[in-house]
Amino acid sequence: MAEKKQQWGTRVGLVLAMAGNAVGLGNFLRFPAQAANNGGGAFLIPYLISFVLMGIPLLWVEWAIGRHGGLFGHHSAPGMFDRLGKQKWLKYVGVFGLFTNLTVAAYYAYIESWTLSYVFHSLIGTFHSVSPTTFFPQYLGEHANSIFALPGEAMFWFVVTLTLNVWILSRGLEKGIEIAAKIGMPLLLGFGAILAVRGLFLHTTDPGVVQSPLAGLGFVWTPKLSGLKNPSTWLAAAGQIFFTLSVGMGSIHCYASYLGKNQDIALNAASAGWMNEFVEVVLGGTILIPIATAYLGLNAVQAATAGGSGFGLGFLTLPTLFQHWGWFAPIAGALWFGLLFFAGITSSLAMGQPILAFFEDEYKVRRTRAAILFGIATFALGFICVWLYAGGSFDEFDFWSGTFSLVLFALGEIFIFTWVFGIDNAWGELNRGADMKIPRIFRFVMKYVTPLFIAVVFVGAVFKPSGEWGDAIVSLFTGHGWPFAPDSVIGKIFHIGVTNYVWFQNGQPTKDFVQDLTRMILLGVFILLSVLVWFAWKRKEREAAQ
Amino acid sequence: MSREAWIMLICTWSVIIFFTARFFILVLKTPQRGADDPPPQ
Repeated sequence: MAEKKQQWGTRVGLVLAMAGNAVGLGNFLRFPAQAANNGGGAFLIPYLISFVLMGIPLLWVEWAIGRHGGLFGHHSAPGMFDRLGKQKWLKYVGVFGLFTNLTVAAYYAYIESWTLSYVFHSLIGTFHSVSPTTFFPQYLGEHANSIFALPGEAMFWFVVTLTLNVWILSRGLEKGIEIAAKIGMPLLLGFGAILAVRGLFLHTTDPGVVQSPLAGLGFVWTPKLSGLKNPSTWLAAAGQIFFTLSVGMGSIHCYASYLGKNQDIALNAASAGWMNEFVEVVLGGTILIPIATAYLGLNAVQAATAGGSGFGLGFLTLPTLFQHWGWFAPIAGALWFGLLFFAGITSSLAMGQPILAFFEDEYKVRRTRAAILFGIATFALGFICVWLYAGGSFDEFDFWSGTFSLVLFALGEIFIFTWVFGIDNAWGELNRGADMKIPRIFRFVMKYVTPLFIAVVFVGAVFKPSGEWGDAIVSLFTGHGWPFAPDSVIGKIFHIGVTNYVWFQNGQPTKDFVQDLTRMILLGVFILLSVLVWFAWKRKEREAAQ
Repeated sequence: MSREAWIMLICTWSVIIFFTARFFILVLKTPQRGADDPPPQ
């Protein structure tokens, strides 16, 4: 029996699912640290400019590509891109829309599983007796001098999380993803609001409080205008817009592909995008840093966010600080990790659906089987992250799949949509059935400004210097060469900054080996997905010829 | 918290809350068309 054609049940459900896709762990952990680290309030100026000139146009482009592809029965990126022009290579650009979702889901679901486990441990009072800084390495199974780890409890929660994802996905769009978003998003907002209010009302007379939480808020919001002249601030702001909106992944395309020909995308996209900004800037900027500042003081918080990540504060520091809240401590822990879990699962579901859709559309696999297939593939890739966590495998996944691929795919899609498909077709597609009038200036922005913006972010990632950009240019023109940063794309490829590059030492594999092995695995996944796309189209051609 | 920080916070929050509320209210008020319904005139 053929499965019923899937569609969204309600408009609010679609917008919440799209907002849930965008709202992720980064809204609460990465944003405040990035803002604090890049000029405080001054960061918000390039951040909002990037949102308007790059984020919103990219959202519209992805929604439009998705709805257009859905009209031809394609709900994953390869088929959608194949319909944007006559060129045969277009569908292979769409492979990024599968690759990124699958490989990011693998390590993202692992982090998601930490949050679920931390909800449990908060409720049973684990952090009352064990410090999270002791708990966390044990939980990950880290041992000194070993790059391998097989942590039993972490694996258990990883499997539980994956099973939950697979089960929701197997229920379909309306009865699975939409219900999850309708439950998860209001709870996330409620949990965030409770923590933000509780944190901001901490007083220096409360036990353990050393400084007003407003000092932390001031640290995030004080505009250091010198930051505006620094290209690094602009690159960091544009980068944050990328990660926070989940653009360049293929998941927005997939969700939008279940819309009808004349159903609105302009207003829905704008609503989901701004909702994400509300969660990120208003809630995300008001929890982590003000609470941490109240108990640790501003200097400690500045040091903890120096790398631009709030991960340590979120998983190691906050559960400890909640212990000052007496009877409310277990609840506060559950609220914090609960909101991170809801932020995570609404995003990981969005990563799973394009993979399901690919196998459903192009290989006629039934939904439940496709969901199980996704679960197995995610587990296999996620296992590498778990097993080789200490060896740096996790970071390699994050860099190549969760950072580099996003920008590359976004660059490709904006070029294809506005130049290959053509700006006239693109503008018509975007405005068909629109419930809001998109200012005509965005036609120009989409064709010229957004591609340029993404190209600058891409070049910035490839050639990121180890110091300031101005110093690097001086270095280049004075014959000292370009000082690539170890975390630039070039720096990563050529292992810049690694003094003793070897694969094995004393008969044991090194971190360099794990990094290269992970890269080869990721490349292998991309090639495998490309072959699957090639084979699916060959099969279609054969069937059409018969 | 300095006056500049308060101004920055209030301005940014105002912009974000205004657009979030405006678009979401529009979404709630405008009924979703059926998949095959004609576009608005």
